[in-house]
Amino acid sequence: MAETIHVGHAEEHGHHDHHEMSFLEKYVFPLDHKMIAMQYMFTGMFMALIGGFFAYAFRMQLAFPGMDVPFWGVVTPADYNALVTSHGSVMIFWVAMPVLIAAFGNYLIPLMIGADDMVFPKINRLSYQIFLISAIIIIASFFVEGGAFGGAWTAYPPLSTKAQYSLTPIGSTMWITAVALEFVAFLLGGINFITTAMNSRAPGMKMWDIPMVVWMIVIASILFMLSVGPLLAGGIMMIFDQQLGTAFFDPDRGGDPILWQHLFWFFGHPEVYVVLLPAVGIVAEVMTVFSRKKLFAYKTVLYTAIGTGVLSFTVWAHHQFIAGIDPRMANVFTVTTLLISVPIAEMMFVYIATLYGGKITLTTPMLWALAFVFEFLIGGITGIFLGASGNDIYMHDTYFVLAHFHYTFYPIAIIGTYAGFTFWFPKMFGKMMNDGLGKLHFWLTIIPFNLIFLPLFVLGASGQHRRIYDYTNFPELAQPWQQDLRQLATISLVVMLGAQVIFFYNVIKSWMSGPPAGKNPWNSGTLEWTATSPPPHGNWPEGLPTCYRGPYEYSHPDHDKDYWPQNEPA
Amino acid sequence: MSARPIATTRSAAGMPTARLAVWWIIASEIVIFGGLLGSYIMHRLAHGVWADYAAATNPWIGGFNTFVLLTSSLMAVLGHQAAERGDGPRAAKMLYLTCGGGLLFICVKAYEWTTEISHGMTITANTFWSFYYTAAGIHALHVIAGCIIMLFVAQTAKKNLELHRVEIIGIYWHFVDVVWIFLFPLLYIAK
Amino acid sequence: MILESLLPAASSYARDIGFLFDLITLLVGVPFLIACYLFFAFIFRFAAKKVDKAMYITGYEHEYMKWIHRAHVPILVFDVIIVIFAVNVWYNVKQNLPEAESTVRVIAQQWAWTFVHPGPDNTLDTADDITTVNELHVAKDTLYHYKLESKDVLHNFSVPVFRLKQDAIPGRVITGWFEPTLAGEYDIQCAEICGIGHGLMPARIHIETPSQHAAWVAENSPFSLAKASAPELEVAER
Repeated sequence: MAETIHVGHAEEHGHHDHHEMSFLEKYVFPLDHKMIAMQYMFTGMFMALIGGFFAYAFRMQLAFPGMDVPFWGVVTPADYNALVTSHGSVMIFWVAMPVLIAAFGNYLIPLMIGADDMVFPKINRLSYQIFLISAIIIIASFFVEGGAFGGAWTAYPPLSTKAQYSLTPIGSTMWITAVALEFVAFLLGGINFITTAMNSRAPGMKMWDIPMVVWMIVIASILFMLSVGPLLAGGIMMIFDQQLGTAFFDPDRGGDPILWQHLFWFFGHPEVYVVLLPAVGIVAEVMTVFSRKKLFAYKTVLYTAIGTGVLSFTVWAHHQFIAGIDPRMANVFTVTTLLISVPIAEMMFVYIATLYGGKITLTTPMLWALAFVFEFLIGGITGIFLGASGNDIYMHDTYFVLAHFHYTFYPIAIIGTYAGFTFWFPKMFGKMMNDGLGKLHFWLTIIPFNLIFLPLFVLGASGQHRRIYDYTNFPELAQPWQQDLRQLATISLVVMLGAQVIFFYNVIKSWMSGPPAGKNPWNSGTLEWTATSPPPHGNWPEGLPTCYRGPYEYSHPDHDKDYWPQNEPA
Repeated sequence: MSARPIATTRSAAGMPTARLAVWWIIASEIVIFGGLLGSYIMHRLAHGVWADYAAATNPWIGGFNTFVLLTSSLMAVLGHQAAERGDGPRAAKMLYLTCGGGLLFICVKAYEWTTEISHGMTITANTFWSFYYTAAGIHALHVIAGCIIMLFVAQTAKKNLELHRVEIIGIYWHFVDVVWIFLFPLLYIAK
Repeated sequence: MILESLLPAASSYARDIGFLFDLITLLVGVPFLIACYLFFAFIFRFAAKKVDKAMYITGYEHEYMKWIHRAHVPILVFDVIIVIFAVNVWYNVKQNLPEAESTVRVIAQQWAWTFVHPGPDNTLDTADDITTVNELHVAKDTLYHYKLESKDVLHNFSVPVFRLKQDAIPGRVITGWFEPTLAGEYDIQCAEICGIGHGLMPARIHIETPSQHAAWVAENSPFSLAKASAPELEVAER
């Protein structure tokens, strides 16, 4: 049956689910892409709270060494390592990935391309279930004998493979198992995203009519699929090393610990772009709507994304400059790394150029989107310091690195998510969010964020290394001004975490009693805004839309309204 | 159980959804095996002594298994042809034969490994044997998974339903076959 | 300048790295400030209340696109400059291995540093080697090779005042060099997570003037300790 190409009228006789679904069918084991998206979204947010709590616990220890941290207790060195390891792993694999790719991908792709669901709803459901199991495993690892794995999120062997060194015989294996399962979940999800976007577009929707965020999630999924394989194989090798006693990464018995680093970073660097691209896609949607303007040079944005993606496969060893690889290799990787600045800078310029000539309204989602551009610029330029091999000899594994990648990951995972969530909240729940509370939450998040990580740049430049649980042992790092900066960062973190209460209050309050949103509260042109809010199962029960034009026809001179929906016949 | 969404029946890219998806699955599998075999080759080149370890493998058994898999792939092709003609029962029969090939492959493998393990060539003997068992083991899991899926496909094909699936599982089976074509010379023949 | 204001520069190449840092700060800082200016200027200039209707710009028009393309030129030029200086520093510190005047062995393990000094004969692996724990003694203005080893997991020999960092890998001996230029006592850190005690393996490097260092060597050499208070040995050494 799939051999024939169905278009137009043939589709109107497709399935519409009319039978009443039980609670379990609807909320626990759903096939509807929107419900699976919500599962991913709220699991991701819950994991973000856990990751944030981890950060709180170890930052308190850094600011006030030896203190009895409220809700945790005294942070021992073993605790500290487990906390930083889990913070990093959770925030990347269980927050950024599920929220940005899986939640937004599941929610937006079918709606934005005018389809009724993902192409493989059951695989989609399976993907979430595997993901949930992986999340449970990573949390459960805190409660096993020896505690959670404490060898950093990069898990370099032999520390990660030998229990006599890591002292976490069960935690290490649980960590790598959870990570590997998470990869499997996202491989399944990725196949769905790619196939859906390639095959299930509304009639009339050509390549260049696809909204940018859909493109970005698809490119990100492809990047993920093409980069994660070696690490998945490496993960199996690591589990065998830990549990069977093989010696893939054991230098004493003919293995090579550096091999893991190559496998890890061959995935690890593209992974940055895997989560970056969906975020810049979200920002493109938000910025065009609230500046009432076409996206500046749509194809250029796309080409820069693809260019960055391709280049990202060639830069992995800049994480290993001083790891004992052949020093001549560093020169090659310095060049490729700095080359990435070209497409990324172009992308940022194009976003700034999109603002030019617009009619800009600073709503809450727009503030988040603009903050993304600004903060990510800082993250991007500080990367140059580290990509330059000569400087990396000093900067490697200092807090400068830490501050740098938090200036990239935070805008991606937190700011990008808030931009998308506040923007599509009316669609997801059919209610408007409170803009005043939204702005309060924005400022109370963005200012403390900068106050956390700007001091860490300074500390890093003064020689402070990462993953050390108490700097009082190092006279050069125990100077009063440095401790003041650490306390500033920690207090800002506490303020920032506290401010998230406003967000959750706003979500619940608006969900319960916000003003109804209607179909298209932002006067946006993309297809998801032509469905009811929230869209029912099947998205457009009255018949799926047809596409007539590009997604960003705002303020078109030939049209009386300042937006021109994609489904409106010419 | 609800009907298939309209999304699944569309093919804007000009290829049926299921076939498109299986190609993407294979793309991601290629990278998994690529990473594993790439690591193996790097080690192999760095350690000349591995050639001696590899000498203990039995290329005759490996060769027989290659023959078995290639034959089973042929059955999968015949099954696909039958499905194209709309002959579901014959397609199912061919799929059962393909499965039989997979089963024979696994049985031979089990015999081979038992012999090797009983001669002290275990997964922890040295890194060559670690790679040997890991790579062949992951491949064997793919064979088993393919067989199980194939049985399900054959069940529906027998009733002349979902015949396009015969082609999809065939593509996957060919891929599993090709992986073995890479594994066989790398693990057995290179001395 | 920036790095030196935060932490003393105590090796021959520390100032090169400091200069590289300043150069990058300048070359990325200027484009960053320009981008920020445009970003905020556009937000204020094109605020909804000041604009009647937004412009319709596809972005492909030459008059707009040229600005994006022109921006590539300085970025590429800056990239090339940064690469040249970075590779130059890298070559000097990591690829180049100048002739050593003395050699020390650095052995990392969970969770301590062992340093082997060559002793009065200035040769490693002889009877008069001086082995210390968490305390490295070197002479100012002397070019040292270090031979870095690890007994268990990955560690990283990091001397921030030298701007030097190198992973230690079990099963390998990695050789590098440094030349102290500033007397004093500074931190040595482990910069690769190595287990529970990663934060508990601080060591100190003592940079001494050549005469002070010679005195320390003479005092601590197992040979001179064995023949405690043997003044003729000191004389012979001089």
